[in-house]
Amino acid sequence: MTASVSLEKVTCTFAARSGDGHYTAVKDVDLAIADGEFVSVVGPTGCGKSTLLNVAAGLLRPSSGHVRIHGEPLAGINRRAGYMFQAEALMPWRSALENVTAGLEFRGEGREAARTKGEDWLARVGLAGFGDRYPHQLSGGMRKRVSLAQMLILDPQILLMDEPFSALDVQTRQLMENELLELWSADRKSVIFITHDLEEAISLSDRVVVLSAGPATRPIGEYVIDLPRPRDVSEIRLSPRFIELHDRIWHAMKDEVLKGYQQTRNRTTS
Amino acid sequence: MRKRLWFWQVVLLVALFGFWHVATHPDLIPPFVWDNPNRAAFFFGEPVKIAKVIADWFASGEIYPHLWVTLQETALAFVIGSALGLVIGLWLGLTPFASALLDPYIKAMNAMPRVVLAPIFMVWFGLGIWSKVALGVTLVFFIVFFNVYQGVKEVSPVVLNNATMLGATRRQLLRFVYLPSATSWVFSSLHTSVGMAFVGAVVGEYLGSAKGVGYLIHMAEGSFDINTVFAGILVLTIFALVLDFAVSVAERRLLVWRPTQGETEPQL
Repeated sequence: MTASVSLEKVTCTFAARSGDGHYTAVKDVDLAIADGEFVSVVGPTGCGKSTLLNVAAGLLRPSSGHVRIHGEPLAGINRRAGYMFQAEALMPWRSALENVTAGLEFRGEGREAARTKGEDWLARVGLAGFGDRYPHQLSGGMRKRVSLAQMLILDPQILLMDEPFSALDVQTRQLMENELLELWSADRKSVIFITHDLEEAISLSDRVVVLSAGPATRPIGEYVIDLPRPRDVSEIRLSPRFIELHDRIWHAMKDEVLKGYQQTRNRTTS
Repeated sequence: MRKRLWFWQVVLLVALFGFWHVATHPDLIPPFVWDNPNRAAFFFGEPVKIAKVIADWFASGEIYPHLWVTLQETALAFVIGSALGLVIGLWLGLTPFASALLDPYIKAMNAMPRVVLAPIFMVWFGLGIWSKVALGVTLVFFIVFFNVYQGVKEVSPVVLNNATMLGATRRQLLRFVYLPSATSWVFSSLHTSVGMAFVGAVVGEYLGSAKGVGYLIHMAEGSFDINTVFAGILVLTIFALVLDFAVSVAERRLLVWRPTQGETEPQL
């Protein structure tokens, strides 16, 4: 079976901001996401997780390596993917409804049809009746819901999510995670979910990929999460299997992170 | 609180005019700067006479065509200057080569005192409203241009990437992201640019015209009619205040999406 998204030996090297050095953010990353699979990528903050996601989205061209979407090499923007950003991405001059329907408008869909669809999606993310609010009139959690609806209304086959809930408080975050799982389970899109929170990664995913610390980040471990679905993210955290998985992944992660830290330290002292 | 503030503002206004009246009216108080009791009135006018001039202007309707001309010039200068500033600001903001190429010219034109262009505009466009509009445009253009240019540079890259991922083409990015973002910057400079359009109109009229409030002031000055000069200044001031108020109203309606301080956020 061809993977929905596959990164093959992807390396991203940036020119350093000062001087003429280079900074390799990610190096030789192989990553394949099966159709309908929910994969989380965890790693220390600033290790190049977002870089990988931008490569999969087509926003960033890798210095070397290939990206294939359903077996076809990716050229330009990945039109089959929806992207949910970590930072505020809504257009502040558009109301919630206008933000949700923006993608339809770009596609040239009729105003009325787009409006009906938009209202429907707002209701699905729990924001019925908030359509004419502007982003600044919504709370952080509500803005994330609008972003979610904005992405899902286009029915992308692949969801790319870059720490989408990291700015939210714990309660809102768990609510959003549950809603995401519920929406996802309806038609099982392929998901790459970036996070630095291991608990979030385990409770949402089918598989967790652990990245090493930067620079030259690469995957250092893959763990299949065999927890039963449907899940409730706040309850599943208490199950013995969850704790077992968490322990295993956390140990591997900690060892590798420490190893990476030692290496960098030796390099700077010698 | 608000009422009290209003009250004291009115008291201050009355006191200012009262002082003006007492200090300039001949023989009301013994002269203390000049020997001649009429000298103060000669330099500073007399509020009562000024009020009479203004009342006559409005009663006879003589002032309306002049105000109308000044308003037209201001509005045209604002609209044309803003449109030019918006288009060129967008263009230069999006094409780094053109902006690097034109940068020294724009800096030079902005540094130049625009008032010296007034005689040239009179040669080009005649003594009618268009030479004043042109002067106002040169003043408004740079304010809007710099705001839009900066606004384009500061469009959030996340919003741009998001729109791109939602399928926006380059043309759609321009229309749905850059343009609204730049327009909001135009509105944020609205007070300044309307004020500048007004300055352009009045200075233009003052330097050579046959109509407008600036023309009235210039004529009165020619005959040392200080009371009419002050009447013109007062009318202009009130006119500017009304314009500013209109701009505030327009701003409130057009920038509803802007967060204002102290507005509560509904929590889900």
